[in-house]
Amino acid sequence: MTPILEVEQIQTFIGQYHILHDVSLHAEQGSITALLGRNGAGKTTTLKSIMGLTPPQTGVIRFAGQRINGLRTFKIAQLGIGYVPEHRAIFRDLTVTEHLILAERKRGDLRRRGDLIFSLFPDLQRLERLLGSQLSGGQQQMLAIARALVPETQLLLIDEPSEGLAPVIIEQMMRAITALSEHTTVVLVEQNFRMASAISQAYFMLDDGRTVDHGTMTALRANPQLIQRYLGAA
Amino acid sequence: MAVAAPPTIQAKPLRERLAPLVIPAVFVLIFATVLVVAPASWPKLITGILLPGLTLAAIYFMLSAGLSLIFGLMDVLNFAHGSLFMLGGYSAWTCNQWLDPAYPGQWPLTIASGNLRFIIGLIVGALVGAAVGSLIEISLIRPLYKRPIYQVLLTLGLVFVFDALVRTIPAWGSLSRAPIKPPMLTESLSLLGRRFPSYSLFLICLSVSLAVIIALVLRRSRIGLTIRAGVQDSAMVEAMGINVRRVFTGVFGFGSGLAALGGAVAASFIGVYPEMGLEYQLFAFIVVVIGGLGSYSGAAAGALLIGLARTFSDHLVLETGLPTAIASASTVLVMAVVLLLKPGGIFNKQ
Repeated sequence: MTPILEVEQIQTFIGQYHILHDVSLHAEQGSITALLGRNGAGKTTTLKSIMGLTPPQTGVIRFAGQRINGLRTFKIAQLGIGYVPEHRAIFRDLTVTEHLILAERKRGDLRRRGDLIFSLFPDLQRLERLLGSQLSGGQQQMLAIARALVPETQLLLIDEPSEGLAPVIIEQMMRAITALSEHTTVVLVEQNFRMASAISQAYFMLDDGRTVDHGTMTALRANPQLIQRYLGAA
Repeated sequence: MAVAAPPTIQAKPLRERLAPLVIPAVFVLIFATVLVVAPASWPKLITGILLPGLTLAAIYFMLSAGLSLIFGLMDVLNFAHGSLFMLGGYSAWTCNQWLDPAYPGQWPLTIASGNLRFIIGLIVGALVGAAVGSLIEISLIRPLYKRPIYQVLLTLGLVFVFDALVRTIPAWGSLSRAPIKPPMLTESLSLLGRRFPSYSLFLICLSVSLAVIIALVLRRSRIGLTIRAGVQDSAMVEAMGINVRRVFTGVFGFGSGLAALGGAVAASFIGVYPEMGLEYQLFAFIVVVIGGLGSYSGAAAGALLIGLARTFSDHLVLETGLPTAIASASTVLVMAVVLLLKPGGIFNKQ
């Protein structure tokens, strides 16, 4: 089966800085794939390059067989790619409900997908009238993922879902991401190796803007040297 | 699904909901105090300060609302906003003048009713502003979104272009043109035993209705939701599958149209002259800075504050014989005080 997402040797510049030198990755349909690497390895920029927020200069990105690099961000999103950025990008003056309404691409999206979203994140239902700025970090993270799920989404890019969250909330988040992977493919950027290794099946290791290794999560767990070398700690 | 129902949490803290009412409340308080202390002066207070202040505020609001929204959404500080105000004024004035059958045959089409000419003038003024504004955004601003300094230079340059344009067009020229009022709004009304121009009341009503309509659109509609979200993070809005560029053009065009409409109504009040854009834009910038750059409610509150401060100090200068420069300085003084207390402006939440 061809992967739903293929990234081939992309190079991305931000301003004058050469951030991604040679990143390749792919994600199988229905899987959770983790992008691993140290701070500054280029994980976030890789997700942004896929979304067209920092378009790659060279290389190819294909989604469901279609070349998407060069398309504008909103077109890429409309193809069925949901994006959950780092720091969540919650709108502080919008209520939870307004976030979900804004995320609708077709009339009735929220009605169709509401059951799925609220079964993953039941808490959101009682927070409906709260403003983004009144939510806790964990609630914001739930909303950021929920927002990305409102339209039909085949691929979800999630950047650092565990960032700044309490361990018990991280557990919740892991369960939610595992559950939603039954409905959509997930590509995950995660610093927290324990979380990433517990929920993902495959990994791509980035170092200094390059893909240096990839394989199954089981294989990586059996290779502490590799973990030590690229992540610093197991 | 079975979800235990914890207590619903109150949507917005009371303090935040009452914030927009603070400025009107302060004014009501000031006026109430004066009324109690010197009851005999209240007709003068209302027709001499309050209503003229609101009239100015009405014009300032139409100019600053767009300026603030455009800055909030796309980070563009449009120095040519006043030029669009002026362009609206000239367009409306031209409709009033040239469509008049009494005016020696410029246009084959004439309209006998002065009121109708006036309404057409307003519509044409607003449309010209919206069209020119959209064109500016698409052709000049869009390539420069990543270079804010260039945008500032560009819009500053446009000020000179529009100024030269107005002076070059023979029918417009460098001279100031007297206001043409519609017959239905020429009369003065009797208010509390004093006279007050009905045109000013019309201006206030128009501006207040527009303010309410825009607020409702921002609050209730999907496009309003998109704009409010875009003001905070336009890249995220785009990543949600929304064509933000189209929203940018729409808001730029709308803000320009609103400024031009402001110019068009002002034209029947202050007349038209090439410097009107810069003159009013200066106040619009003060209003926007006071209210908080990018905040719509801030623009409304700031317009109110500056309009009233201006007429109040004009009045003070007239009564006490103080130098007139104090009246002009008053608005800047208000700005300085507000910025000392709240450096980001009244409605800035950061």
